[in-house]
Amino acid sequence: MKISLFIPCFIDACYPQVGISMAQVLERLGHQVEYPEDFTCCGQPAFNSGYWDEARAVAEKVLAMYRSAEIIVGVSGSCGAMMTTFYKELFHGTPLEAEANAHAAKCWEFSDFLVTKLGVTDVGAKFPAKVTFHDGCHGLRELGLKKQPRALLAKVKGLELIEMGAAESCCGFGGTFAVKFPMISTAMGEVKCDSALKTNADYIVSCDASCLMHIQGLADRQKKPLRTMHLAEVLAKQ
Amino acid sequence: MSTVAQTFKETARRLTRDLRHRELIQNALGKYYVGRDEKKARFQNWQEARQAAAEIKWDAVNHLDKYLEEFVSKLEARGTKVFWASTGQQACDYIVEVAKKRNVRSIVKSKAMTGEEIHLAQALEKSGVEVVETDLGEYIVQLREEPPYHIVFPAMHLTRHEISDLFTKKLGTAPTDNPEELTMIARRTLRKKYCAADMGISGANFAVAETGMISLTTNEGNGRLSTSLPKVHVAVIGIEKVLPTLDDLALFLPMLATAGAAQAVSCYNTFIGGPRQDGESDGPEEFHVVLLDNGRTRLLADAEQRDTLHCIRCGACLNVCPIYKNIGGHTYGTTYMGPIGSVLTPHLRGLKEWKHLSFASSLCGACTEACPVKIDLHHHLLQNRRNAIRCASPWWEKLIFKGFVTLMNHPAFYRLGVKLGWFGQKFHWLVKGTRLDPMYAWTQSREAPPLALHTFKDYWRRKKS
Ligand code: SF4
Repeated sequence: MKISLFIPCFIDACYPQVGISMAQVLERLGHQVEYPEDFTCCGQPAFNSGYWDEARAVAEKVLAMYRSAEIIVGVSGSCGAMMTTFYKELFHGTPLEAEANAHAAKCWEFSDFLVTKLGVTDVGAKFPAKVTFHDGCHGLRELGLKKQPRALLAKVKGLELIEMGAAESCCGFGGTFAVKFPMISTAMGEVKCDSALKTNADYIVSCDASCLMHIQGLADRQKKPLRTMHLAEVLAKQ
Repeated sequence: MSTVAQTFKETARRLTRDLRHRELIQNALGKYYVGRDEKKARFQNWQEARQAAAEIKWDAVNHLDKYLEEFVSKLEARGTKVFWASTGQQACDYIVEVAKKRNVRSIVKSKAMTGEEIHLAQALEKSGVEVVETDLGEYIVQLREEPPYHIVFPAMHLTRHEISDLFTKKLGTAPTDNPEELTMIARRTLRKKYCAADMGISGANFAVAETGMISLTTNEGNGRLSTSLPKVHVAVIGIEKVLPTLDDLALFLPMLATAGAAQAVSCYNTFIGGPRQDGESDGPEEFHVVLLDNGRTRLLADAEQRDTLHCIRCGACLNVCPIYKNIGGHTYGTTYMGPIGSVLTPHLRGLKEWKHLSFASSLCGACTEACPVKIDLHHHLLQNRRNAIRCASPWWEKLIFKGFVTLMNHPAFYRLGVKLGWFGQKFHWLVKGTRLDPMYAWTQSREAPPLALHTFKDYWRRKKS
């Protein structure tokens, strides 16, 4: 299958390893991957802040960039939700509505793609560690990711998954919310860190690097012994 | 920033640091989650029940004209006086007038969020009438002279100890930590009030068009006493409360109890269809129904957010909201707090002043998932944000997003930006976490993620060549 990668801006700039891991896993499974190098951002920061015209200006380019793609696989639940659910809303009633819908139909989040589309749960990964899984909200509630990442983790050799209490609770990131209301965002992050710490896991794993950025940033500042890792990175380990 | 937004931020800052508050709310809600899930499991299929409820509400809200008329004509046929109030002020004036005419000196009030919404108790007190809340939680917050903390659990933020202290101070009773004794203290005081009251005020959980009845749900029986002992009963009802048929309650009563209070069904469900009829031995001599618009028809005209009128005020969205759990109910400064409050308040009180509530959300969607009538709460928050920016946005923010578009739509600029950022971050330590830090909003409490020397784009180029 020819797969067009969707690498969100902050993964490109801060967490390239997450994108690289996804590409490697897909290639190992025998697929051909390509990447539109001019892709930057899906427009979510503007959309979430109420600047829909600005978001549309960025999103229009994205639609054009992926126009000829057969299938698009992205490595973020949140940006994935933007390209599927929210593009439809953003372009509703505009001339690009049909294209946004067609685009959404081609988009897959990485874990969902592996499990639902390809029917693969064992990607041959090995990672001897105790991990707990954080459900990123957009992935969970907009895209319905719940069983998929867990099915993949269950097949990683040596890995033990310990569920934390309130795994479905928001970590407090929420995009611009984190800087507009840092006090609330931080408190939510503290609650999340506490739940994760109680499991004694070595890593918090998630489908969303943005949640992990928030959790790790907070844990580091508060000197909490927590390490985070994206699901793609876990699946790339051999 | 509006003053209410400023106050919101300051209170949020204080409460999010208050670990005692955090623990108290978490513990209280922890029990609720367990009970709610247990009761949800009693439904054959909770998701289908939600769908059915949403469809019934959709029908009711989209045919309000028909159902309200049916409701009113049935009520009037049994001698009920119905008043249509466009605004809260009109509703208050009407009720004050009724109280005057009937020489009312004291009123017992069963819990009614509509009453809170229009500041009814204050209006009546100003006219010289005593108003006593009869719901235990409401009674407690009334004694504390503060608004309810939650739309279903008004005194959820208080410990037994605090309630005991309050009773000792206000009622002169002996201190006790025993919940039963505390309840008995309130009960003894309230019983006297019921017997002396000339008027009872209630809201309604549902208004049944088919039979012309209001449905009232309580757990303490205070609704029944407040509405049947006094000579006059006034019910203040939002126009969206109407349901087409009595049968609908077979779904809505257990649903409200489950989502709202983790109960299979509430302890007391009362249906009232008029004042005391000839030959009946009890009930009020006069029954007034005040149908309240107060901004609801504006919401009705908004096709995008009309489903907000489905709300049955169960409070489930508050209970699962991580924002609510961390900042508490009073911080919002609104009648309706939590997700539904953040969606609704800009419509009821003005977007300009209340838009901050729609931004104070991580958009996690836990509310939408919990809502028994499937209101698309978190997407409405997004729409409120869009509307807020359309009507007014700060120039500097506009500039930032113009810059954002330029950066993202020119990959060369973007790449350069990332490289400059990588270079700039070497000097970040000089200002990190201080007010001079351009990333202060983040770094005041969190470490910033380091920009990578080799980005994914770099990797891809290398891989290709
Ligand atoms: S919005 Fe939904 S969950 Fe929230 S109070 Fe209303 S009915 Fe309940």
